[in-house]
Amino acid sequence: MNEQRVSEILTRYQGDSSSIIAILQDIQEDFSYLPPPVLKIISHELGIPLSRILSLATFYKAFSLKPKGKHRIHVCLGTACHVRGAQRIIEKFERDLGIKSGETSADREFSLDAVRCIGCCGLAPVVMIGEDVHGKVTQTKIPGLLKKYKK
Amino acid sequence: MAEKETQKTYRMHLMICAGTGCVSNHSYEVKEALEKELRKHGLENEVVVVPTGCNGFCERGPILVVQPGNIFYQQLSVKDVPHLVEEHFLKGRPVAKLMYSPPETKQPVPVLNDIPFFNKQVLIALRNRGLIDPEKIEESIAHDGYKAMVKALSEMKPEKIIAEITLSGLRGRGGAGFPTGLKWQLVRNAMSTNGGQKYIVCNGDEGDPGAFMDRSILEADPHSVIEGMVIGAKAIGATAGFIYVRNEYPLAVERLSIALKQARDYGLLGQDILGTGFDFDIQIKRGAGAFVCGEETALIASIEGRLGEPRPRPPYPAQSGLWGKPTCINNVETWANVPTIINRGAKWYAGIGTKTSKGTKVFSLVGKINNTGLVEVPMGITLREIIYDIGGGIPGGKAFKAVQTGGPSGGCIPKEKIDLPIDYESLSEAGSMMGSGGMVIMDEDTCMVDVARYFLTFTQDESCGKCTPCREGTKAMLEILTKITEGKGTPEDLTLLEDLAPAIKDTALCGLGKTAPNPVLTTLRYFRNEYETHIQNKKCPAHVCRPLNVYTIDPGLCLSQGHGCDVCRRNCSSEAIAGQKNEAHAIFQDKCIKCGVCYDVCAFGAVKVD
Repeated sequence: MNEQRVSEILTRYQGDSSSIIAILQDIQEDFSYLPPPVLKIISHELGIPLSRILSLATFYKAFSLKPKGKHRIHVCLGTACHVRGAQRIIEKFERDLGIKSGETSADREFSLDAVRCIGCCGLAPVVMIGEDVHGKVTQTKIPGLLKKYKK
Repeated sequence: MAEKETQKTYRMHLMICAGTGCVSNHSYEVKEALEKELRKHGLENEVVVVPTGCNGFCERGPILVVQPGNIFYQQLSVKDVPHLVEEHFLKGRPVAKLMYSPPETKQPVPVLNDIPFFNKQVLIALRNRGLIDPEKIEESIAHDGYKAMVKALSEMKPEKIIAEITLSGLRGRGGAGFPTGLKWQLVRNAMSTNGGQKYIVCNGDEGDPGAFMDRSILEADPHSVIEGMVIGAKAIGATAGFIYVRNEYPLAVERLSIALKQARDYGLLGQDILGTGFDFDIQIKRGAGAFVCGEETALIASIEGRLGEPRPRPPYPAQSGLWGKPTCINNVETWANVPTIINRGAKWYAGIGTKTSKGTKVFSLVGKINNTGLVEVPMGITLREIIYDIGGGIPGGKAFKAVQTGGPSGGCIPKEKIDLPIDYESLSEAGSMMGSGGMVIMDEDTCMVDVARYFLTFTQDESCGKCTPCREGTKAMLEILTKITEGKGTPEDLTLLEDLAPAIKDTALCGLGKTAPNPVLTTLRYFRNEYETHIQNKKCPAHVCRPLNVYTIDPGLCLSQGHGCDVCRRNCSSEAIAGQKNEAHAIFQDKCIKCGVCYDVCAFGAVKVD
């Protein structure tokens, strides 16, 4: 099963080892994380040492070695969001979800991450849930937002 | 079929903003509602709805501009649509209540160009904003897209192109301001000695928090960037190019992919472009979330599939770049300027701006400002004009304190310098820098120590760890700043910060580390008193540094004004508030986590912070 998904992705890049970052991105998107067995397959197929793949996987923030939640929450901590109170927003999510930034809730519904500016500064403070951008978020709006995605 | 559709003529075009800001304000829902309502009235063959890139006035989204007439509608919602269609598009009576009214006059302003936010702007890089559908190359071509490329490929020798760019005075818009013509000349010369392959790279790894002009250009007018790159390729003699786009910008990647495909289909990219015998093609590379990849040598490493770590320069990419070949790297906004310079001439371009900084610059105006959005202004304009004339001043009658430019590499410019004319040199004299163009406005409720700590958190987190001064130095500075914001600072801490900063500046490997101390240095230079208050009085004057805040409820106000409304208690997530309806409320200090939600929700000003 895994092998087939991985070989589809590798075919897309014709086994080009300089496309390794793009390959890892597609795997991250497809599996919601980089499963270690999959990394082993890639290392073998592309002839890239596993240590090098792991160094890429831990250097770039887009990658995760642990599964992420069904709904990925990204709280923007860009400058515009910061001066409009983003730190308090992320802490409210942490309290309401009972997890820290970077973690996934026990029921795998939500994962919470901070992100450095998503370029919607006009709507600060901004939170992205999945692909949806929510602007001008306040602490009091957060319980309602979580409820909306949970059902 | 597609051809037929583009040839259709309409009596009216409704240009709806489909930039990221407006999309998150539901502009696609408004678009669908408009189309449905137009069909209901049988107007679908007369009036067309066109999704455009970012209009710039993000604060007022979703935005709709009606052509002809340039009538500007703002903050539209689906429920406004039936009335708007019937009144304006059917009966020809523009709807005043959906127009923008400046807070001072409260008079609706119907035409876009008459709105203060727009009328001081000069559009070059953003020339097609709101005018074209970025997913249709025909619309770009109808607005002179690829005209400069045709001229450069068929009439101009490479030397002539470089001479024109040099004469225009264009400088790199990514931040450092290196003269673009000179860079092109260096890459061209590198070819004549080495021979072989050379590359063009567009740096779209817009990492500075608070800046989104590159995103906007890629989303609104991708062809302007592609065209600029083809012209650059001809000038330096490259046959392959890459556009490196941030991972956080999926819409930009999507629109660029469409644009590249359309350009290839029209023979504007690929083999033997327009029969001129010139070959050039472009690939997209997505970033993977590392700020340091905006640095050119790190970006090159990342395109090659390696860790995005910078390396010492020289050799510069102009000599040894991608896969060791001469490489010309310019930023998105720089590339977008190129076609206009070729079309209108270097003299025209050099007529705009100041002695050392020519042309225009796009800024993202954000933070504590009324009109947040994207603005393109001539170099030399003053901060006052940007903040008050274009930006409409500070919300809520608060006092302006500072403006932060240049992202984590820049600094904070205080209100005393509000009449500073903006160019590369004046900003660096003030201790900041142009950077990519983020302009974050700060008011009296912003704590400058907290801002310095914020940027150090950022650079410390994004430091790739390769060189010691950056990896350890930013960490040491951050620890000191955190101590100060927690009320544990000592006067010696300021001396230590002042010693550390120049040491890091002088010894770090790349731009990230070399500029990381700037936010600390400028806030120390202009706002030293705020640091001293944190250290000596253990107080944060702006009430931002939470360990120093104490929240209390004025029982008299709570009861007399709010009748113990209980809203604060219901919103408190740590059960730190006692009281019930019709009773005065109080805060248990030992349980309070200082999240400030009670202060935010109290409509009667009964919650106090000290």
